[in-house]
Amino acid sequence: MDAFVLQILNGLDKGGSYALIALGLTLIFGTLGVVNFAHGALFMLGAFCAVTLKKILTISKQVKDENITFFDAYKEVPYLELWWGETGTTIIDFAVPLSILLAIPVMLLVGLAMERGLIRFFYKRTHAEQILVTFGLAIVLQEIVKAFFGANPVPMPPPELLTGSADVGSFLGLGDSVIYPWWRLAYLVFAGIIIAAVFCFLRFTTFGMVVRAGMQDRETVGLLGINIERRFTIVFGIAAVVSGLAGVMYTPIVPPDYHLGMDFLVLSFVVVVVGGMGSLGGAVTAGFLLGILQSFASMNEVKEILPGIDQIIIFLVAVVILLVRPRGLMGRKGVMES
Amino acid sequence: MITATPRKDLILMAIFTIAVLTMPIWLAPIGASYPDLLQRFAIFGIFAIGFNILFGLTGYLSFGHAAFLGVGSYTAVWSFKLLSMSVVPAIIFGVITSGLFAVVIGYISLRRSGIYFSILTLAFAQMSYNLAYSVLTPITNGETGLQLALDDPRSLDNLVGVAATEGIPPTNFFGIEMSGYSGFYFCAVLMIIGFYISMRIFRSPFGMMLKAVKSNSNRMSYTGLNMRPYTLTAFVISGMYAGLAGSLMAVTDPLAGAERMQWTASGEVVLMTILGGVGTLIGPVIGAGVIKYFENIFSAINENVLQGIFSFLPEFLQDGVVAVLGLFVGEGWHLTLGLLFMLIVIFLPGGLVEGFSRIIDRIKNRSKNGEADPVGSAKVQPGE
Repeated sequence: MDAFVLQILNGLDKGGSYALIALGLTLIFGTLGVVNFAHGALFMLGAFCAVTLKKILTISKQVKDENITFFDAYKEVPYLELWWGETGTTIIDFAVPLSILLAIPVMLLVGLAMERGLIRFFYKRTHAEQILVTFGLAIVLQEIVKAFFGANPVPMPPPELLTGSADVGSFLGLGDSVIYPWWRLAYLVFAGIIIAAVFCFLRFTTFGMVVRAGMQDRETVGLLGINIERRFTIVFGIAAVVSGLAGVMYTPIVPPDYHLGMDFLVLSFVVVVVGGMGSLGGAVTAGFLLGILQSFASMNEVKEILPGIDQIIIFLVAVVILLVRPRGLMGRKGVMES
Repeated sequence: MITATPRKDLILMAIFTIAVLTMPIWLAPIGASYPDLLQRFAIFGIFAIGFNILFGLTGYLSFGHAAFLGVGSYTAVWSFKLLSMSVVPAIIFGVITSGLFAVVIGYISLRRSGIYFSILTLAFAQMSYNLAYSVLTPITNGETGLQLALDDPRSLDNLVGVAATEGIPPTNFFGIEMSGYSGFYFCAVLMIIGFYISMRIFRSPFGMMLKAVKSNSNRMSYTGLNMRPYTLTAFVISGMYAGLAGSLMAVTDPLAGAERMQWTASGEVVLMTILGGVGTLIGPVIGAGVIKYFENIFSAINENVLQGIFSFLPEFLQDGVVAVLGLFVGEGWHLTLGLLFMLIVIFLPGGLVEGFSRIIDRIKNRSKNGEADPVGSAKVQPGE
């Protein structure tokens, strides 16, 4: 039972990141009808927003180390610490959560620039061409990041407050063996909030209503005198922000490097297709489902029976679902049928 | 569109053969005339020709062709280990095994089309890649890669009584060692044969059927045609080409690693085909050559070389130029590749072949002073 709960928890945080990326991906697909292979790169850019902020916050000055009296020793002390003392240290400690504030405008800008600068010329082209041009863009983005930040992963520790593990087991009355890192718990909550926010935004605002109408029938909405193009552009920006934020918060779990996006892209595409192209609920469900399945498959007991299953489970599930339910779990009729 | 006549095909074939066989000569001035690179031209040419039979003719975009490349490589190396250092069984087994894989994967994947097909093939390729790294280590030797060893059985060789040599014997084709130029010519001849077969397929009724599937699969199914046998055949053929390319990789360098199956490798062959021109005969070969050439040249350039090139500039300018260009060469070669890729897809969706024919068109029209009828203008149909 303990192991069971632990695996579900493990799967949930992995699933959370899948769900967030897939959500953005399917949002873009549902509104603009574009297959965006550069979406993983957006996730990676988000992660590097956090790296950048951390670098900015820790711009340092050489200060004489007073503790060493034998000779003149110097140590690097961040300006923030010099100016504000304890407060400064705390700010640096919270670099990752603070990066959210940086990532939102940056990712919005990146998303809008991408849509206006490149993607909008590809609405009328075939899906194959959309895949290819965004694939090229993804390579370019990741190489630029590599040129600036190097090829090695950059470790990003979570805030002091959230290091260590939560004793989830005793909280649920299951015993001591179920422990879970605080940061992953935070990530899970964060993913939940973002997903809820996106759903509320689409469900309960006028803007969201127009967007949903546009997803159903773009032409009619346009005929009603609504500038649906502009709204879709904004939706692209929002999707970029969502995956960027997913990237920011993921940095303490996996140190980001430049090909982080590519690693996630393949999986998130599988998630979207399993969930059903263009279905938001499908993407989220499939994200969590595949995350949980993956963590169950990596249990030793399962691996003894079926060796190697942890490596292929996601793809295997994708193959089975696509063959049994051609439109994915919750795919709408008429999307990508041609 | 140029109408294909047997005569024109014969001329094309002759030009292609001569061009390929004389590659060591005419590539020498641009510094590409060494065997290692030439072999890669030929091998990736075969890979791209095969990919084009699927993507160019049927429009099915497979993102998992690297899996067949990997399977071909592994089979060939196993054939070297178990049977004989002769390349003939290695290639035959490589092609057959990857063909069998293609039958299984194709049978399942081709039940869907469009992006779903792409994702399915991608899923299968990633599965093979992950398995090759983990559970199948006894067969694939995991991260180290499959290599030849001194104490391999090589049962056929022993049976015929090939004289034992010091160290691991080289791969050979009836006694001819498969390295250097002989390796290149072996690959080149196979590429020419592959090109000929692909040309026959393009011109055959079977090829016409595939083109019909590409241009309107709905209408084809309305006429009562079951498309799947046709697309499956195309898939298997292109999988076998990939297997051939994979086993040739093992022939020229008897080593097989799982990274050949990674999806970036599948992306690379898509890129080659697009760059050259999808659905054209010669395009994929050109695309493969161009990419491999630039990969070689660009990744060899480093800061010092750039400093040398721009030494005529004043110092402050020189440093700036070198710093900017340094991003695009050496380690940053992929940046150039990505940009090139985007530019091609945006401005020249038909690839280089379309670019050439546009230039030729313009020259022709100018020389005819505008009197030429538009119908007669040579224009290669842009690929999807």
